Amino acid sequence: MIVADHLTVQLGDRTALRDVSFRVEQGNFLAVLGPNGGGKSTLLKSILGLIPPTSGSLSLGTGNSRRQSIKIGYVPQIKSLDRSFPARSVELVATSVLGRWPHRLSKTDRDVSMAALERVGAAHLAQQSIGSLSGGELQRVYLARATISEPQILLLDEPESGIDVAGTADLYTLLEHFHTEANTCIVMVTHDWDVAFYHATHVLLLNNQQLCFGKPETALTDVAIRNTFGHVGHKHDTLAIGAPFPTGHRHD
Amino acid sequence: MTPWQLEHPFLPVTVMTDWIQNAFMIRALVSGVLVGALASYYGAFIVQRRLSFLGSGLAHAAFGGIALALLLQQDPLLIAIPFTIIVAIAINWIRSETILAADTAIGIFFAVAVALGVIFLSIRKGTTYDAFSYLFGSILAISMTDLWIIILIFAIGILTLPRLWGNWAFATFDEESARADNHSVGRDDYALYVLLAVTIVAAIKMVGILLIAAFLVIPAATARLLSPTFFWMTVVSVCLGILSAFTGLIGSYELDLPSGATIVLCQAIFFGLALLVSRWRSAPQ
Repeated sequence: MIVADHLTVQLGDRTALRDVSFRVEQGNFLAVLGPNGGGKSTLLKSILGLIPPTSGSLSLGTGNSRRQSIKIGYVPQIKSLDRSFPARSVELVATSVLGRWPHRLSKTDRDVSMAALERVGAAHLAQQSIGSLSGGELQRVYLARATISEPQILLLDEPESGIDVAGTADLYTLLEHFHTEANTCIVMVTHDWDVAFYHATHVLLLNNQQLCFGKPETALTDVAIRNTFGHVGHKHDTLAIGAPFPTGHRHD
Repeated sequence: MTPWQLEHPFLPVTVMTDWIQNAFMIRALVSGVLVGALASYYGAFIVQRRLSFLGSGLAHAAFGGIALALLLQQDPLLIAIPFTIIVAIAINWIRSETILAADTAIGIFFAVAVALGVIFLSIRKGTTYDAFSYLFGSILAISMTDLWIIILIFAIGILTLPRLWGNWAFATFDEESARADNHSVGRDDYALYVLLAVTIVAAIKMVGILLIAAFLVIPAATARLLSPTFFWMTVVSVCLGILSAFTGLIGSYELDLPSGATIVLCQAIFFGLALLVSRWRSAPQ
Protein backbone atom coordinates (compact mmCIF):
# COMPACT_ATOMS: atom_id res chain seq x y z
CA MET A 1 0.00 0.00 0.00
CA ILE A 2 2.81 2.41 0.94
CA VAL A 3 6.32 1.63 -0.24
CA ALA A 4 9.23 3.93 0.60
CA ASP A 5 12.38 3.05 -1.28
CA HIS A 6 15.51 4.90 -0.16
CA LEU A 7 13.33 7.98 0.35
CA THR A 8 15.31 11.17 0.96
CA VAL A 9 13.65 14.54 1.50
CA GLN A 10 15.59 17.76 1.63
CA LEU A 11 13.90 20.86 3.10
CA GLY A 12 16.04 23.85 2.26
CA ASP A 13 19.49 23.04 3.60
CA ARG A 14 18.17 20.48 6.07
CA THR A 15 17.80 16.79 5.33
CA ALA A 16 14.48 15.92 6.97
CA LEU A 17 14.53 12.30 5.84
CA ARG A 18 17.55 10.31 4.75
CA ASP A 19 17.41 6.94 3.05
CA VAL A 20 14.13 5.70 4.52
CA SER A 21 12.80 2.37 3.24
CA PHE A 22 9.74 0.51 4.48
CA ARG A 23 6.65 -1.21 3.22
CA VAL A 24 3.19 -1.39 4.76
CA GLU A 25 0.15 -3.14 3.34
CA GLN A 26 -3.58 -2.71 3.50
CA GLY A 27 -4.83 -3.37 7.02
CA ASN A 28 -1.47 -2.54 8.59
CA PHE A 29 -1.16 -0.01 11.39
CA LEU A 30 2.16 1.82 11.28
CA ALA A 31 3.27 3.89 14.27
CA VAL A 32 5.97 6.46 13.46
CA LEU A 33 8.06 7.41 16.49
CA GLY A 34 11.02 9.67 17.02
CA PRO A 35 12.18 12.94 18.53
CA ASN A 36 10.75 16.34 17.56
CA GLY A 37 12.24 17.50 14.27
CA GLY A 38 13.02 13.88 13.39
CA GLY A 39 11.13 14.00 10.09
CA LYS A 40 7.89 12.35 11.21
CA SER A 41 5.56 15.07 9.94
CA THR A 42 7.66 15.39 6.78
CA LEU A 43 6.98 11.73 6.10
CA LEU A 44 3.23 12.32 6.43
CA LYS A 45 3.44 15.30 4.07
CA SER A 46 5.35 13.19 1.57
CA ILE A 47 2.64 10.54 1.70
CA LEU A 48 0.04 13.29 1.19
CA GLY A 49 1.99 14.42 -1.87
CA LEU A 50 2.73 17.88 -0.42
CA ILE A 51 6.51 17.45 -0.44
CA PRO A 52 8.20 15.65 -3.35
CA PRO A 53 11.05 13.21 -2.64
CA THR A 54 14.53 14.64 -3.32
CA SER A 55 15.75 11.16 -4.18
CA GLY A 56 14.44 7.65 -3.84
CA SER A 57 10.73 7.07 -4.16
CA LEU A 58 7.51 6.82 -2.24
CA SER A 59 4.75 4.92 -3.97
CA LEU A 60 1.19 4.39 -2.91
CA GLY A 61 -1.29 1.74 -3.94
CA THR A 62 -0.64 -1.58 -5.52
CA GLY A 63 0.73 -2.43 -8.93
CA ASN A 64 -0.25 0.11 -11.53
CA SER A 65 -2.89 1.99 -9.60
CA ARG A 66 -2.20 5.67 -9.87
CA ARG A 67 -1.51 7.91 -6.90
CA GLN A 68 -4.55 10.08 -7.67
CA SER A 69 -6.88 7.10 -7.36
CA ILE A 70 -5.74 6.32 -3.83
CA LYS A 71 -7.97 7.95 -1.24
CA ILE A 72 -6.09 9.35 1.74
CA GLY A 73 -7.70 10.62 4.93
CA TYR A 74 -5.63 13.04 7.02
CA VAL A 75 -6.05 14.17 10.63
CA PRO A 76 -3.64 17.08 11.22
CA GLN A 77 -2.19 18.20 14.53
CA ILE A 78 -5.11 19.90 16.22
CA LYS A 79 -2.96 22.36 18.13
CA SER A 80 -1.65 23.90 14.91
CA LEU A 81 -5.11 24.85 13.62
CA ASP A 82 -6.69 28.30 13.62
CA ARG A 83 -9.59 28.01 16.04
CA SER A 84 -10.81 31.56 15.40
CA PHE A 85 -12.13 30.64 11.95
CA PRO A 86 -15.92 31.02 11.91
CA ALA A 87 -17.28 27.59 10.98
CA ARG A 88 -19.55 24.81 12.14
CA SER A 89 -18.22 21.29 12.49
CA VAL A 90 -20.45 19.92 9.74
CA GLU A 91 -18.96 22.40 7.26
CA LEU A 92 -15.45 21.21 8.03
CA VAL A 93 -16.52 17.61 7.41
CA ALA A 94 -18.15 18.56 4.11
CA THR A 95 -14.90 20.03 2.75
CA SER A 96 -13.75 16.48 2.26
CA VAL A 97 -16.56 15.77 -0.22
CA LEU A 98 -16.45 19.16 -1.91
CA GLY A 99 -12.70 19.85 -1.99
CA ARG A 100 -13.44 23.48 -1.07
CA TRP A 101 -15.20 25.36 1.71
CA PRO A 102 -19.03 25.09 1.47
CA HIS A 103 -21.12 28.28 1.27
CA ARG A 104 -24.37 26.48 1.91
CA LEU A 105 -24.65 22.74 2.34
CA SER A 106 -26.87 20.82 -0.04
CA LYS A 107 -29.02 18.13 1.54
CA THR A 108 -26.89 15.34 0.07
CA ASP A 109 -23.62 16.84 1.34
CA ARG A 110 -25.18 17.46 4.75
CA ASP A 111 -26.45 13.87 5.00
CA VAL A 112 -23.11 12.38 4.01
CA SER A 113 -21.29 14.63 6.50
CA MET A 114 -23.72 13.81 9.28
CA ALA A 115 -23.30 10.08 8.62
CA ALA A 116 -19.52 10.48 8.92
CA LEU A 117 -19.90 12.39 12.19
CA GLU A 118 -22.24 9.69 13.50
CA ARG A 119 -19.70 6.95 12.70
CA VAL A 120 -17.17 8.58 15.02
CA GLY A 121 -19.77 9.42 17.69
CA ALA A 122 -19.71 13.16 17.04
CA ALA A 123 -23.16 13.82 15.53
CA HIS A 124 -24.01 16.07 18.48
CA LEU A 125 -21.15 18.41 17.52
CA ALA A 126 -22.40 19.06 13.97
CA GLN A 127 -23.84 22.54 14.55
CA GLN A 128 -21.23 23.67 17.07
CA SER A 129 -18.68 26.25 16.07
CA ILE A 130 -15.11 25.02 15.69
CA GLY A 131 -13.88 27.53 18.25
CA SER A 132 -16.09 26.09 20.98
CA LEU A 133 -14.86 22.49 20.59
CA SER A 134 -12.29 20.90 22.87
CA GLY A 135 -9.14 19.47 21.29
CA GLY A 136 -10.55 15.96 21.48
CA GLU A 137 -13.85 17.01 19.91
CA LEU A 138 -12.19 18.85 17.04
CA GLN A 139 -10.02 15.83 16.43
CA ARG A 140 -13.16 13.67 16.31
CA VAL A 141 -14.60 16.03 13.70
CA TYR A 142 -11.38 15.78 11.69
CA LEU A 143 -11.54 12.01 11.94
CA ALA A 144 -15.07 12.15 10.51
CA ARG A 145 -13.73 14.36 7.74
CA ALA A 146 -10.81 12.04 7.06
CA THR A 147 -12.92 8.88 6.93
CA ILE A 148 -15.93 10.22 5.03
CA SER A 149 -14.89 8.71 1.72
CA GLU A 150 -13.63 5.42 3.21
CA PRO A 151 -9.96 6.07 2.52
CA GLN A 152 -7.49 3.27 1.87
CA ILE A 153 -4.88 5.20 3.85
CA LEU A 154 -5.54 7.12 7.07
CA LEU A 155 -2.83 9.49 8.34
CA LEU A 156 -2.79 10.95 11.85
CA ASP A 157 -0.28 13.48 13.17
CA GLU A 158 0.23 13.21 16.94
CA PRO A 159 -3.43 12.55 17.73
CA GLU A 160 -2.71 12.28 21.46
CA SER A 161 -1.37 15.83 21.82
CA GLY A 162 -3.69 18.15 23.71
CA ILE A 163 -6.24 15.44 24.48
CA ASP A 164 -6.99 13.79 27.81
CA VAL A 165 -6.47 10.08 28.46
CA ALA A 166 -10.15 9.15 28.13
CA GLY A 167 -10.31 10.96 24.80
CA THR A 168 -7.29 9.14 23.42
CA ALA A 169 -8.62 5.77 24.60
CA ASP A 170 -11.85 6.41 22.64
CA LEU A 171 -9.81 7.49 19.64
CA TYR A 172 -7.76 4.29 19.63
CA THR A 173 -10.94 2.22 19.85
CA LEU A 174 -12.18 4.00 16.73
CA LEU A 175 -8.86 3.48 14.98
CA GLU A 176 -9.01 -0.23 15.83
CA HIS A 177 -12.38 -0.30 14.11
CA PHE A 178 -11.07 1.30 10.90
CA HIS A 179 -8.01 -0.89 11.03
CA THR A 180 -9.73 -4.24 11.50
CA GLU A 181 -13.15 -3.77 9.88
CA ALA A 182 -12.50 -1.34 7.06
CA ASN A 183 -9.03 -2.79 6.42
CA THR A 184 -7.63 0.75 6.28
CA CYS A 185 -3.88 1.24 6.25
CA ILE A 186 -3.21 3.56 9.20
CA VAL A 187 -0.07 5.65 9.57
CA MET A 188 0.13 7.45 12.90
CA VAL A 189 2.85 9.81 14.09
CA THR A 190 2.89 9.55 17.86
CA HIS A 191 4.86 10.08 21.03
CA ASP A 192 2.82 7.42 22.80
CA TRP A 193 5.02 4.32 23.05
CA ASP A 194 2.30 2.21 24.63
CA VAL A 195 0.00 2.77 21.69
CA ALA A 196 2.77 1.89 19.29
CA PHE A 197 3.39 -1.27 21.20
CA TYR A 198 -0.17 -2.45 21.73
CA HIS A 199 -2.08 -1.16 18.69
CA ALA A 200 0.39 -0.92 15.83
CA THR A 201 1.30 -3.80 13.55
CA HIS A 202 4.50 -2.02 12.49
CA VAL A 203 6.77 0.58 14.02
CA LEU A 204 9.10 3.02 12.28
CA LEU A 205 11.70 4.82 14.37
CA LEU A 206 12.91 8.02 12.74
CA ASN A 207 15.61 10.46 13.68
CA ASN A 208 15.96 12.03 10.21
CA GLN A 209 17.27 8.66 9.21
CA GLN A 210 15.55 5.35 9.65
CA LEU A 211 16.72 3.69 12.83
CA CYS A 212 14.37 0.77 12.86
CA PHE A 213 11.39 -0.68 11.06
CA GLY A 214 9.50 -3.82 11.92
CA LYS A 215 6.98 -5.43 14.22
CA PRO A 216 6.66 -3.56 17.54
CA GLU A 217 8.17 -6.36 19.61
CA THR A 218 11.32 -6.41 17.49
CA ALA A 219 11.57 -2.70 16.56
CA LEU A 220 11.01 -1.27 20.02
CA THR A 221 14.17 -2.56 21.56
CA ASP A 222 16.07 -0.70 24.19
CA VAL A 223 18.99 -0.07 21.87
CA ALA A 224 16.81 1.29 19.08
CA ILE A 225 15.02 3.67 21.43
CA ARG A 226 18.29 4.87 22.86
CA ASN A 227 19.65 5.44 19.38
CA THR A 228 16.55 7.39 18.42
CA PHE A 229 16.55 9.73 21.37
CA GLY A 230 20.21 9.69 22.22
CA HIS A 231 19.49 8.77 25.84
CA VAL A 232 22.31 7.17 27.67
CA GLY A 233 22.24 5.69 31.14
CA HIS A 234 18.54 5.25 31.79
CA LYS A 235 15.85 3.08 30.34
CA HIS A 236 12.18 3.51 29.56
CA ASP A 237 10.31 0.98 31.63
CA THR A 238 6.87 2.32 30.74
CA LEU A 239 7.02 -0.06 27.80
CA ALA A 240 8.26 -2.94 29.83
CA ILE A 241 4.98 -4.72 30.47
CA GLY A 242 5.59 -7.82 28.41
CA ALA A 243 8.33 -6.01 26.51
CA PRO A 244 11.54 -7.71 25.50
CA PHE A 245 13.89 -5.41 27.34
CA PRO A 246 14.81 -5.21 31.03
CA THR A 247 13.31 -2.60 33.33
CA GLY A 248 15.24 0.34 34.64
CA HIS A 249 14.20 3.33 36.66
CA ARG A 250 11.06 5.18 35.60
CA HIS A 251 11.62 8.02 33.19
CA ASP A 252 9.16 10.86 33.70
CA MET B 1 -36.30 74.17 2.53
CA THR B 2 -37.67 74.33 6.04
CA PRO B 3 -35.41 75.09 9.01
CA TRP B 4 -36.16 71.61 10.29
CA GLN B 5 -34.60 70.05 7.18
CA LEU B 6 -31.59 72.29 7.40
CA GLU B 7 -30.86 70.91 10.83
CA HIS B 8 -31.01 67.37 9.49
CA PRO B 9 -28.78 67.33 6.44
CA PHE B 10 -28.92 63.50 6.15
CA LEU B 11 -32.63 63.43 5.46
CA PRO B 12 -33.23 61.91 2.00
CA VAL B 13 -35.39 64.82 0.84
CA THR B 14 -32.63 67.38 1.08
CA VAL B 15 -29.93 64.96 0.04
CA MET B 16 -31.71 63.70 -3.06
CA THR B 17 -32.26 67.15 -4.45
CA ASP B 18 -28.62 67.98 -4.12
CA TRP B 19 -26.00 65.32 -4.82
CA ILE B 20 -27.99 63.50 -7.47
CA GLN B 21 -27.36 66.43 -9.82
CA ASN B 22 -23.61 66.20 -9.46
CA ALA B 23 -21.95 63.86 -11.93
CA PHE B 24 -18.81 63.59 -9.80
CA MET B 25 -20.89 62.56 -6.81
CA ILE B 26 -22.65 59.82 -8.78
CA ARG B 27 -19.26 58.54 -10.00
CA ALA B 28 -17.93 58.66 -6.45
CA LEU B 29 -20.95 56.79 -5.07
CA VAL B 30 -20.87 54.06 -7.70
CA SER B 31 -17.12 53.54 -7.40
CA GLY B 32 -17.24 53.86 -3.59
CA VAL B 33 -19.91 51.20 -3.29
CA LEU B 34 -18.15 48.83 -5.73
CA VAL B 35 -14.75 49.30 -4.09
CA GLY B 36 -16.30 49.01 -0.62
CA ALA B 37 -17.95 45.73 -1.60
CA LEU B 38 -14.81 44.26 -3.18
CA ALA B 39 -12.38 45.34 -0.46
CA SER B 40 -14.57 43.96 2.30
CA TYR B 41 -15.03 40.70 0.36
CA TYR B 42 -11.26 40.16 0.09
CA GLY B 43 -10.98 41.56 3.63
CA ALA B 44 -12.75 38.51 5.08
CA PHE B 45 -9.82 36.36 3.91
CA ILE B 46 -7.21 38.94 4.90
CA VAL B 47 -8.55 39.21 8.45
CA GLN B 48 -8.78 35.43 8.95
CA ARG B 49 -5.28 34.96 7.49
CA ARG B 50 -3.94 37.61 9.88
CA LEU B 51 -2.68 39.68 6.97
CA SER B 52 -4.14 43.02 8.06
CA PHE B 53 -0.80 44.69 7.35
CA LEU B 54 -0.99 43.60 3.69
CA GLY B 55 -3.52 46.30 2.71
CA SER B 56 -1.30 49.03 4.07
CA GLY B 57 1.78 47.48 2.47
CA LEU B 58 0.21 47.27 -0.99
CA ALA B 59 -1.17 50.81 -0.74
CA HIS B 60 2.33 52.11 -0.05
CA ALA B 61 3.65 50.01 -2.91
CA ALA B 62 1.09 51.79 -5.09
CA PHE B 63 2.65 55.09 -4.02
CA GLY B 64 5.85 53.99 -5.76
CA GLY B 65 3.83 53.24 -8.89
CA ILE B 66 2.00 56.55 -8.79
CA ALA B 67 5.28 58.45 -8.41
CA LEU B 68 6.71 56.55 -11.38
CA ALA B 69 3.63 57.46 -13.44
CA LEU B 70 4.02 61.14 -12.55
CA LEU B 71 7.68 60.96 -13.52
CA LEU B 72 6.81 59.37 -16.87
CA GLN B 73 3.79 61.66 -17.26
CA GLN B 74 1.40 58.76 -17.64
CA ASP B 75 -2.01 58.01 -16.14
CA PRO B 76 -1.21 57.04 -12.50
CA LEU B 77 -3.63 54.11 -12.45
CA LEU B 78 -2.16 52.50 -15.57
CA ILE B 79 1.33 52.43 -14.07
CA ALA B 80 0.38 51.89 -10.43
CA ILE B 81 -1.71 48.79 -11.17
CA PRO B 82 1.07 46.70 -12.79
CA PHE B 83 3.62 48.10 -10.30
CA THR B 84 1.51 47.02 -7.32
CA ILE B 85 0.70 43.65 -8.90
CA ILE B 86 4.44 42.94 -9.20
CA VAL B 87 4.95 43.86 -5.53
CA ALA B 88 1.99 41.66 -4.49
CA ILE B 89 3.40 38.71 -6.44
CA ALA B 90 6.83 39.26 -4.90
CA ILE B 91 5.38 39.34 -1.37
CA ASN B 92 3.46 36.12 -1.95
CA TRP B 93 6.50 34.47 -3.52
CA ILE B 94 8.70 35.30 -0.53
CA ARG B 95 5.97 34.19 1.89
CA SER B 96 5.46 30.83 0.20
CA GLU B 97 8.95 29.98 -1.09
CA THR B 98 11.31 31.21 1.62
CA ILE B 99 11.47 30.83 5.37
CA LEU B 100 10.43 34.48 5.83
CA ALA B 101 6.90 35.26 7.06
CA ALA B 102 4.36 37.36 5.15
CA ASP B 103 4.63 40.37 7.48
CA THR B 104 8.40 40.45 6.96
CA ALA B 105 7.98 40.38 3.17
CA ILE B 106 5.35 43.14 3.39
CA GLY B 107 7.64 45.22 5.62
CA ILE B 108 10.46 45.01 3.07
CA PHE B 109 8.41 45.89 -0.01
CA PHE B 110 6.46 48.59 1.83
CA ALA B 111 9.70 50.46 2.52
CA VAL B 112 11.35 49.76 -0.84
CA ALA B 113 8.32 50.98 -2.81
CA VAL B 114 8.04 54.17 -0.77
CA ALA B 115 11.79 54.77 -1.17
CA LEU B 116 11.45 54.33 -4.94
CA GLY B 117 8.49 56.71 -4.93
CA VAL B 118 10.41 59.39 -3.08
CA ILE B 119 13.33 59.04 -5.50
CA PHE B 120 11.04 59.19 -8.57
CA LEU B 121 9.46 62.37 -7.19
CA SER B 122 12.84 63.94 -6.48
CA ILE B 123 14.03 63.23 -10.04
CA ARG B 124 10.91 64.84 -11.44
CA LYS B 125 11.06 68.59 -11.67
CA GLY B 126 8.24 70.67 -10.27
CA THR B 127 5.92 70.36 -7.31
CA THR B 128 5.10 67.12 -5.53
CA TYR B 129 1.66 68.29 -4.52
CA ASP B 130 -0.15 66.00 -6.98
CA ALA B 131 1.61 62.92 -5.59
CA PHE B 132 0.78 63.78 -2.02
CA SER B 133 -2.90 64.28 -2.83
CA TYR B 134 -2.96 60.48 -3.14
CA LEU B 135 -2.13 60.10 0.53
CA PHE B 136 -5.62 61.17 1.60
CA GLY B 137 -7.68 60.76 -1.56
CA SER B 138 -10.47 62.95 -2.79
CA ILE B 139 -14.09 62.53 -3.73
CA LEU B 140 -13.50 64.85 -6.69
CA ALA B 141 -10.74 62.70 -8.12
CA ILE B 142 -12.78 59.91 -9.71
CA SER B 143 -12.77 60.27 -13.49
CA MET B 144 -14.86 58.31 -15.97
CA THR B 145 -11.77 56.17 -16.78
CA ASP B 146 -11.33 55.37 -13.09
CA LEU B 147 -14.97 54.37 -12.85
CA TRP B 148 -14.66 51.99 -15.81
CA ILE B 149 -11.55 50.43 -14.34
CA ILE B 150 -13.37 49.90 -11.03
CA ILE B 151 -16.36 48.35 -12.84
CA LEU B 152 -13.98 46.00 -14.69
CA ILE B 153 -12.24 44.97 -11.45
CA PHE B 154 -15.61 44.43 -9.80
CA ALA B 155 -16.72 42.23 -12.70
CA ILE B 156 -13.57 40.12 -12.36
CA GLY B 157 -14.27 39.75 -8.64
CA ILE B 158 -17.83 38.57 -9.33
CA LEU B 159 -16.79 36.18 -12.12
CA THR B 160 -14.09 34.49 -10.05
CA LEU B 161 -16.21 34.30 -6.90
CA PRO B 162 -17.87 30.91 -7.53
CA ARG B 163 -14.54 29.18 -7.99
CA LEU B 164 -12.24 31.10 -5.68
CA TRP B 165 -14.34 31.81 -2.59
CA GLY B 166 -14.55 28.17 -1.49
CA ASN B 167 -10.89 27.47 -2.31
CA TRP B 168 -9.62 30.56 -0.51
CA ALA B 169 -11.84 29.89 2.51
CA PHE B 170 -10.63 26.29 2.84
CA ALA B 171 -6.96 27.30 2.53
CA THR B 172 -7.55 30.11 5.04
CA PHE B 173 -8.69 27.63 7.68
CA ASP B 174 -6.34 24.72 7.02
CA GLU B 175 -3.87 25.26 4.21
CA GLU B 176 -2.33 21.81 4.54
CA SER B 177 -5.60 19.91 4.19
CA ALA B 178 -6.61 22.21 1.36
CA ARG B 179 -3.33 21.45 -0.41
CA ALA B 180 -3.79 17.74 0.12
CA ASP B 181 -7.30 17.82 -1.41
CA ASN B 182 -6.89 20.37 -4.12
CA HIS B 183 -3.85 21.20 -6.11
CA SER B 184 -4.49 24.84 -6.92
CA VAL B 185 -3.89 26.40 -3.47
CA GLY B 186 -0.63 28.05 -4.58
CA ARG B 187 -2.19 29.45 -7.75
CA ASP B 188 -5.27 30.67 -5.86
CA ASP B 189 -3.06 32.53 -3.38
CA TYR B 190 -1.41 34.43 -6.23
CA ALA B 191 -4.87 35.27 -7.57
CA LEU B 192 -5.88 36.66 -4.14
CA TYR B 193 -2.78 38.84 -3.90
CA VAL B 194 -3.15 40.16 -7.46
CA LEU B 195 -6.88 40.92 -7.14
CA LEU B 196 -6.20 42.61 -3.84
CA ALA B 197 -3.45 44.76 -5.37
CA VAL B 198 -5.73 45.87 -8.19
CA THR B 199 -8.60 46.68 -5.81
CA ILE B 200 -6.35 48.72 -3.54
CA VAL B 201 -4.93 50.78 -6.38
CA ALA B 202 -8.42 51.44 -7.72
CA ALA B 203 -9.57 52.65 -4.28
CA ILE B 204 -6.59 54.91 -3.56
CA LYS B 205 -7.78 57.95 -5.50
CA MET B 206 -10.88 58.19 -3.39
CA VAL B 207 -9.75 56.81 -0.03
CA GLY B 208 -6.05 57.60 0.03
CA ILE B 209 -2.99 55.48 0.67
CA LEU B 210 -3.06 56.01 4.42
CA LEU B 211 -6.60 54.81 4.97
CA ILE B 212 -7.26 52.09 2.39
CA ALA B 213 -6.18 49.30 4.76
CA ALA B 214 -9.26 50.08 6.86
CA PHE B 215 -11.48 49.03 3.92
CA LEU B 216 -9.99 45.56 4.10
CA VAL B 217 -9.89 45.17 7.85
CA ILE B 218 -12.74 47.00 9.61
CA PRO B 219 -15.86 45.63 7.80
CA ALA B 220 -14.43 42.08 7.89
CA ALA B 221 -13.51 42.34 11.57
CA THR B 222 -17.01 43.68 12.30
CA ALA B 223 -18.54 40.78 10.36
CA ARG B 224 -16.39 38.29 12.25
CA LEU B 225 -17.87 39.49 15.53
CA LEU B 226 -21.40 38.88 14.25
CA SER B 227 -21.14 35.73 12.11
CA PRO B 228 -21.22 32.05 13.04
CA THR B 229 -19.92 30.81 9.67
CA PHE B 230 -17.45 32.07 7.10
CA PHE B 231 -20.19 32.35 4.48
CA TRP B 232 -22.13 34.77 6.69
CA MET B 233 -18.93 36.58 7.63
CA THR B 234 -18.35 37.26 3.92
CA VAL B 235 -21.95 38.37 3.30
CA VAL B 236 -22.06 40.66 6.36
CA SER B 237 -18.62 42.09 5.55
CA VAL B 238 -19.67 43.00 1.99
CA CYS B 239 -22.94 44.54 3.19
CA LEU B 240 -21.08 46.65 5.77
CA GLY B 241 -18.50 47.66 3.15
CA ILE B 242 -21.27 48.92 0.85
CA LEU B 243 -23.27 50.57 3.62
CA SER B 244 -20.33 52.44 5.12
CA ALA B 245 -19.07 53.58 1.70
CA PHE B 246 -22.53 54.93 0.88
CA THR B 247 -23.20 56.66 4.21
CA GLY B 248 -19.62 57.88 4.42
CA LEU B 249 -19.71 59.47 0.97
CA ILE B 250 -23.05 61.18 1.57
CA GLY B 251 -21.79 62.37 4.95
CA SER B 252 -18.57 63.62 3.44
CA TYR B 253 -20.49 65.54 0.77
CA GLU B 254 -23.02 67.05 3.15
CA LEU B 255 -20.56 67.98 5.87
CA ASP B 256 -17.72 68.85 3.50
CA LEU B 257 -15.33 66.34 5.06
CA PRO B 258 -12.62 64.21 3.35
CA SER B 259 -14.33 61.19 1.79
CA GLY B 260 -11.91 58.41 2.78
CA ALA B 261 -11.74 59.49 6.39
CA THR B 262 -15.52 59.82 6.66
CA ILE B 263 -16.06 56.32 5.25
CA VAL B 264 -13.50 54.87 7.67
CA LEU B 265 -15.27 56.57 10.58
CA CYS B 266 -18.58 55.04 9.42
CA GLN B 267 -16.89 51.63 9.36
CA ALA B 268 -15.59 52.28 12.86
CA ILE B 269 -19.08 53.15 14.14
CA PHE B 270 -20.39 49.81 12.80
CA PHE B 271 -17.44 48.05 14.40
CA GLY B 272 -18.17 49.70 17.75
CA LEU B 273 -21.83 48.66 17.55
CA ALA B 274 -20.85 45.07 16.63
CA LEU B 275 -18.48 44.98 19.57
CA LEU B 276 -21.30 46.00 21.91
CA VAL B 277 -23.70 43.45 20.35
CA SER B 278 -21.18 40.61 20.59
CA ARG B 279 -20.33 41.47 24.22
CA TRP B 280 -24.00 41.65 25.07
CA ARG B 281 -24.66 38.31 23.34
CA SER B 282 -21.85 36.52 25.14
CA ALA B 283 -22.70 38.04 28.53
CA PRO B 284 -24.42 35.63 30.95
CA GLN B 285 -28.19 36.13 30.65
